[in-house]
Amino acid sequence: MSAEPRPVVEIRLPALPEHLPVVRATVGSAARLVGCSEPVSRAVVLAVNEACMNVIQHGYCCDPTGEIILQILNNGSHILFRLRDFAPVACPERVRPRSLEELRPGGLGTHFIREIMDEFAFRAAEDGTGNVWVMSKAIT
Amino acid sequence: MHYEVREESGYSVVALSGDVDLSSSPQARGAILEALNAGHHVLVDLAGVEYIDSSGVACLVEGYQLARTHGLRFGLVGASENAMSVLELARLDKVFPIHASVAARVAADG
Repeated sequence: MSAEPRPVVEIRLPALPEHLPVVRATVGSAARLVGCSEPVSRAVVLAVNEACMNVIQHGYCCDPTGEIILQILNNGSHILFRLRDFAPVACPERVRPRSLEELRPGGLGTHFIREIMDEFAFRAAEDGTGNVWVMSKAIT
Repeated sequence: MHYEVREESGYSVVALSGDVDLSSSPQARGAILEALNAGHHVLVDLAGVEYIDSSGVACLVEGYQLARTHGLRFGLVGASENAMSVLELARLDKVFPIHASVAARVAADG
């Protein structure tokens, strides 16, 4: 049975490509800290990085004034990621993966997220000022 | 990310190293497409890649498609464990010709 989620780390950063290494370092460190194996840690780094890329490219359309808040929590069985942006509220189509039968550049990010994470949800923020990504992965 | 381009066994070998991400993938894309647009057969050496995201994978797909359009040979060599796991996740390990080394690719070419 999972416990109440406890915060591991929270970061707030500009939605810029050059800040993605900070996201990756933070996610990787947090995953290892809560007990994820190296392959699982690498996988969640990729998935959260892809979610941030989606926010930067499609949410903010590369507007350098955008911000992202990443909260990482641990409920004992899963590591949880809550990604908050303040971009225009997007339709769920934005995070629908494309068919891999079609060979073309782009559109792989949401496929990676869905393949890696055990749970994934994308919705408008409750106050209507952006979007929330919620992802979780079993600690193995 | 760092990249180098060298000529070896009839190929332009674009060797990528470090993190191929949203910041750096435009450089990788530029190097790959430049070699192909110059009419060279291209191998992308991924041995030094520590991290690659979907933007980096997109460069490889674009290179593969451009090579086919131009009737040129294209492939990947020496993929690191990290790079290979991402290619497998994208199910591209069955699409790209992938070899352990340039020599292995040349031998496969016959």
